[in-house]
Amino acid sequence: MHWKPFRGGTHPNPAKRTAGLAIEVVPPPGKVIIPLQQHIGAPCKPLVKPGDEVLTGQVIGEPGGFVSAPIHASISGKVAAVAPMPTYTGQEVLSVVIDSDGRDQKHPDLTPHHTWEQASSKQIVDWIKECGLVGMGGAGFPTHVKFAPPADKPIEAVILNGAECEPYLTCDHRVMQERADKVVLGLRAFMKAVNAPAGFIAIEDNKADAIDRLTRVTASLPQIKIVRLHTRYPQGEERLIIKAILNREIPRGGLPADVGAIVSNVSTAATFADFLLTGRPLIQRIVTITGSGIVNPKNLEVRIGTLLEDAARYCGGLQDNAAKLIVGGPMTGPSYYDLAVPIMKATAGLVVLTEAEARKLEPIACVSCGKCVEACPYGLLPNFLGKYAELGRIADAEKTGLMDCRECGCCSYVCPSRRPLLHAIKSAKAEVAARRRKG
Amino acid sequence: MPERFVVTSNPHIATTQTTERIMREVMLALLPASAAAVYFFGWRVLAVIAVSMVAAVCTEAIIQKALKQKTTIMDGSAALTGLLLALTLPPTVPLWIPALGAIFAIAIAKQVFGGLGSNPFNPALIGRAFLTASWPKLMSTWKWPHAAQSLVQQLSASDAVSAASDVISSATPLELAKSMEVQVPLEPLFWGNIAGSLGEVSAMALLAGGLYLIIRRIIDWRIPVAYLGTVAVIALISRQDPLFHLLAGGLLLGAFFMATDYVTSPITRKGRVIFAIGAGLLTILFRRYGANSEGVCYSILIMNAFAPTIDRLTVPRIFGEVKGRA
Repeated sequence: MHWKPFRGGTHPNPAKRTAGLAIEVVPPPGKVIIPLQQHIGAPCKPLVKPGDEVLTGQVIGEPGGFVSAPIHASISGKVAAVAPMPTYTGQEVLSVVIDSDGRDQKHPDLTPHHTWEQASSKQIVDWIKECGLVGMGGAGFPTHVKFAPPADKPIEAVILNGAECEPYLTCDHRVMQERADKVVLGLRAFMKAVNAPAGFIAIEDNKADAIDRLTRVTASLPQIKIVRLHTRYPQGEERLIIKAILNREIPRGGLPADVGAIVSNVSTAATFADFLLTGRPLIQRIVTITGSGIVNPKNLEVRIGTLLEDAARYCGGLQDNAAKLIVGGPMTGPSYYDLAVPIMKATAGLVVLTEAEARKLEPIACVSCGKCVEACPYGLLPNFLGKYAELGRIADAEKTGLMDCRECGCCSYVCPSRRPLLHAIKSAKAEVAARRRKG
Repeated sequence: MPERFVVTSNPHIATTQTTERIMREVMLALLPASAAAVYFFGWRVLAVIAVSMVAAVCTEAIIQKALKQKTTIMDGSAALTGLLLALTLPPTVPLWIPALGAIFAIAIAKQVFGGLGSNPFNPALIGRAFLTASWPKLMSTWKWPHAAQSLVQQLSASDAVSAASDVISSATPLELAKSMEVQVPLEPLFWGNIAGSLGEVSAMALLAGGLYLIIRRIIDWRIPVAYLGTVAVIALISRQDPLFHLLAGGLLLGAFFMATDYVTSPITRKGRVIFAIGAGLLTILFRRYGANSEGVCYSILIMNAFAPTIDRLTVPRIFGEVKGRA
């Protein structure tokens, strides 16, 4: 089934060079740096101190609130430090540094839950939390919070997001292709967690092999549908994926549960399947290390806390003309100035651009071409929002729909005058958010 | 490899379609029309175009130097204004006409308002309007291409005309239709073997350039389609030949290259349609009831004035907004 495309969006060069490359499992590194906040919400409190011996899968950070997720040791060894360390978000985060003992010894408490199909919904949600699951597509929102919607909002559909509309990235594609069984098992467990009658796996139509694979795997499961989405950025954004599948729009300021849906990433589901089958929590993930600045681009399975430089070295290192490091996709990912920062739960990859690719032209005057208006999937007027933001007219920006922006970056991408529209909009949003917090 | 890599905000990639490139592509799209002008009216046309473009670029550079602003002549917008202005002029104009027109267009219609992106009216059309108001005689002295002499004789010999052939030979097809009810056949109108402004004579050349801009997604097809469609439909209703109205005069030049000017047209899709329909209505009204036989220039200028209002009235629905509730 082919679903209606959304209004607007854009078609960046896909650059998915690694789409055909099988996942390579990287041996556990000699050292990991595990930040105690890898999710949206409250940071975790450390449960270990320097000198402690830890085992693979052991909880080393306990949630600091409801919107938070536990953090586990991704290797076994000795805690070298518990200290603030830099992360690619630009924030220093209290982190646990573990020196490996080279044995990768599993914590004895890690037990499979083969009988999950007999478990209660609440039990499954507890397991989601125990697993330390957060949205692995990039947002990093604690998954168990998503799966605890208000009682008056029944969930009719769980949607697994396999759109992977960001250019360059192919980790979700490889997971769907190579670990289709786990993706489907994870989805079934997610559906059970909220008693959802229907499940969807939504994939952009540029990943025909993954669509075929999952269609075959789900042939005997009538409650699960594989959805072919049009390939167009940002089709994988939550609002647009729900609109494509259920033809419902999340009301302004609302949440997916308001329209009876929960959206989760395919890698998140596969990780949860691992947890049910082996007891292993979220201590590893697939990342795409790619871009013209990487010698041998690859899809890797790495332990959380592996430094980006270790992952890059596994891919032959950087080219001499490497000039920009982007963590995640090039449309929404942050850039960072070096590789000495760890891969976290929501890190989908590393994109290294060359000098020529990273060169940005000077912005010139807005010519009101309207291309940003055409590209905005949310019906906003990015040119006005950008102007208001630059002039400090935050109230006017708010009236024009500032807080409805999902920060996909289409406006900046299409702007022929290279105006930093998203940058201005994000700054204005941050101001509004800060003011709202103050009350 | 750098010690520290460059950090910017996202997105980190961008389209290759830059404003500068768009300006150059629009000029490229005007190449067929310019070449047709040279073909039909001779090499002097090149001088008119050159004077207009050089004057426009120099005016912009001098003003920006004088005001100690960044010089932006390399963005191509001033050169494009000069080219567009030249294409609206009769082939017979003395060369100071394009010079003065271009200076006025850039200085008064563009830089006074703050330069690129800030002008409410299409500078080239303001330049033309200024010239028409100041030197009406020079701006309405037409000539037919040499290759059209037999057509002129044929038109002069028709029963409907009692006037001498020099009247015919100094009038545009629209003027002939309005004052003498002589209709120039469609074929020369299409190829451009007629009297008129430099850039408006060859419908074929304008269509080729316009289609190029639509295919390259530089202009929104809605504007020319709605503009031309409105003119055609009203011509049909009022029992005139719609094809004649489409091919004669400055309509194609206006619909593809003037009404689609980013700065002075609406930014919303719906707004562009309304804008273009308005321009179409005005054009046919001017042609029918106006003092002149042509009305494209003023129609677009008047709609330019409404563009911000149209934008305000056609703000798109925000995703998730329920109709009837804000």
